[in-house]
Amino acid sequence: MYKITKENLRALFREIAGSRELYLPVEMGGQVNFGVWDEDAKVRLDVLKTVKSPKDIFFPQAETLYTCTGSGKNIRIKPQELKDRDFVVFGMRACDVRGVKVLDQVFLSDPQDTYYAARRAHGILVSMACGRPEESCFCSTFGIDAAAPEGDVAAWMTEKDLFLKPLTEKGEQFITSVESLLTKAEDEAETVEAEQKRIREILEKLPYRNLSLDGWDGGATEEKFDSPIWETLYRPCLACGTCTFVCPTCQCYDIKDYRTAEGVQRYRCWDSCMYSDFTLMAGGNNRTTQLQRFRQRFMHKLIYFPANNQGMYSCVGCGRCVEKCPSSLNIVKVIKAFEKQGGGANV
Amino acid sequence: MQVEDKKEFRPKIVAFCCNWCSYAGADLAGSSRLSYPADVKIIRVPCSCRVNPMFILRAFERGADGVILCGCHPGDCHYSTGNFYTRRRMTLLFSMLDFIGIEKGRVRVEWVSAAEGAKFSATMNEFAEKIRSLGENVRLGDIRCRS
Amino acid sequence: MQELIKRAKELLADGTAARVLGWRRGDLPYNPEPAFFEKEEDLDRFVYDGFCGANLSKMMIEASRLEGKTLVFLKPCDTYSFNQLLKEHRVDREKAYIIGVGCRGKLDIEKIRAQGISGITAISGAENDGPDTLKVRTIYGDRTVNYGSALLGRCHVCKGKEHKICDEQIGRSRDTKDADPYEEVRAVEAMTPEARFAFFQKELGKCIRCNACRNVCPACSCRKCVFDSTSFDSAQKANVDSFEEKMFHIIRSFHVAGRCTDCGECSRVCPQGIPLHLFNRRYIKEINELYGQFQAGEDPEATSPLTDYLAEDPEPGIIEERG
Repeated sequence: MYKITKENLRALFREIAGSRELYLPVEMGGQVNFGVWDEDAKVRLDVLKTVKSPKDIFFPQAETLYTCTGSGKNIRIKPQELKDRDFVVFGMRACDVRGVKVLDQVFLSDPQDTYYAARRAHGILVSMACGRPEESCFCSTFGIDAAAPEGDVAAWMTEKDLFLKPLTEKGEQFITSVESLLTKAEDEAETVEAEQKRIREILEKLPYRNLSLDGWDGGATEEKFDSPIWETLYRPCLACGTCTFVCPTCQCYDIKDYRTAEGVQRYRCWDSCMYSDFTLMAGGNNRTTQLQRFRQRFMHKLIYFPANNQGMYSCVGCGRCVEKCPSSLNIVKVIKAFEKQGGGANV
Repeated sequence: MQVEDKKEFRPKIVAFCCNWCSYAGADLAGSSRLSYPADVKIIRVPCSCRVNPMFILRAFERGADGVILCGCHPGDCHYSTGNFYTRRRMTLLFSMLDFIGIEKGRVRVEWVSAAEGAKFSATMNEFAEKIRSLGENVRLGDIRCRS
Repeated sequence: MQELIKRAKELLADGTAARVLGWRRGDLPYNPEPAFFEKEEDLDRFVYDGFCGANLSKMMIEASRLEGKTLVFLKPCDTYSFNQLLKEHRVDREKAYIIGVGCRGKLDIEKIRAQGISGITAISGAENDGPDTLKVRTIYGDRTVNYGSALLGRCHVCKGKEHKICDEQIGRSRDTKDADPYEEVRAVEAMTPEARFAFFQKELGKCIRCNACRNVCPACSCRKCVFDSTSFDSAQKANVDSFEEKMFHIIRSFHVAGRCTDCGECSRVCPQGIPLHLFNRRYIKEINELYGQFQAGEDPEATSPLTDYLAEDPEPGIIEERG
């Protein structure tokens, strides 16, 4: 266990940024999102949730895969260079870290996504416990402990200090690299434990604390798919992509070609199952109504994904969709709607 | 003789010309041997009113430094009123480009009739000069399309 | 609110309306969702309070295709949107029974959060005839919030509390206008072109291309949007280059120029808090100055400025000349 006073955080960020890229929550245009640190950055570690999750540090909203140049039959293909420098993501929440684990299931399993794998190999995750959980949080539903986040290094913010605890070998190396700025705090484990206790007490008071996933598992496909509940649930859905784009686990993407001045760039960008052209093929679209598209999103998160990934849900309970949906729809309302219908404890 | 190191800036200009007046005006300029810059690339449209704001933005996206739209004089539209609508639309579009901080003068509307070969040539020369003075369009293009 | 529920039940019972379009109570104190109610007992979850900012008029496009009349609750500003849709033949007047509901301004939960409030478990005083102070219960203690301090930006420039179209009216309204709608536009206009460019780069740089602004807009009612075209090579779902966000927002607002009633839904729903209304309001301001005062949705018979012209209209060159 190590610690650093809050006043020295700036020096710590400067030290990290001296040799690596440093991403952390920064305020831009009144909104807080993960961004690259520089001397002028307005760091907002106090903000619980960034608008977008840190997902796009590992899986950017748009990235070039390769570029084709040349003419006629002489085509040269130049793959995009992979990330080859270490970088640090500072201040990820427990849910965000789990979000990255969900992405790992998709992109690191065979066939491995080399672009993503390179970023994961070079990324150091410094997570932070949630000092002030909000009403939209429900990470505990997915077995996540906001008081003890995973990652390479876990951190706790107390009134005066930031406590850091390496959890992996990568984390140990990170700590060593900035050790000159840290103070050893082996004897202050109790302070952190007290903070954890305080956080867990707050988590017990959250409105969604009893949200139950009973009935949502890989085996429930037909029962849930055919339910008439979707017909009323989806109606306010605007078919925008807000929920998918702020989500830390949504991983669908589209691949397109762009004709540049020098050649053709093949790039990929996030896609949203809420969009009418999602999975559009030459033969048409296999989901033609918004009901089908809406159902797809939640079936994927709570049924198809666990069916293919040893029961792991692809929702982490960060609550961003709860806060951002323009029509106030969200995964919690979906879970609760089925709960009322199909027995289970009423929340 | 001194050799100028800096390559002279050659602007890329897209001119949307209506089929009935301005395109014929360009023809007349040609057959009258009146010159206009080779940097001006003409796209023929049935009426100035056919030009959707998206056409203009797409031209900028793909590297145009200036876009000019030419049609029949108001009142002389082949389709009676098309250019009256063009006038309002383009006024509003240009106003928005100005609002978001794009240099004024990169876009223009001129009315050129089939008999005005000389006006066509003069307009294009003058517009090209204006764009040369504004320099390369960096605010409203897609960086990937820049060579 | 009980009055609204009572009246809705009556109209369902006597067969005037086949369904009700309103707002359903959410699972948090501030997140009601737009909803159709088919049965009287469903109306137990009907709610109308300060958090019912959603404009229901666009949902009437869908409702106009259903059997029978739909009873819809419209706030004063929503009636402008309904009128505009009516004019464009997107909704059927015969299929709508409109109850104009009173409005004392709608609340913005982000403005409540901005006062350092989080962990909200209950809010009281948000009712339409409620007090001036909201009592907010949070897991971190109780707080009070002045109703006026948490209003949506659009309510400060309210067009007025008169319903432009309705069959009957229930509930009282309170004037909330205390700012000039074009003040923000003028502030941007006063900047240098470089500063304006930097301002919009920063604001639009936040755009995640979720399309919420487009999809919520009652004036954006095309069956297929030009931005959903698969023949584009640009992403449409991401701003690969900063040009794309500019193109999208210029075109989005241009497509509704002359039709936009300034209902403010675009700015309300933007997850990144981009002041999208600035685009629309700039068009409205220019239209008013160049072609005469026009308020879309006020009079369904009036001709929209972009489908109209005068021989003496100014030339587009005016933009460059006026300095």
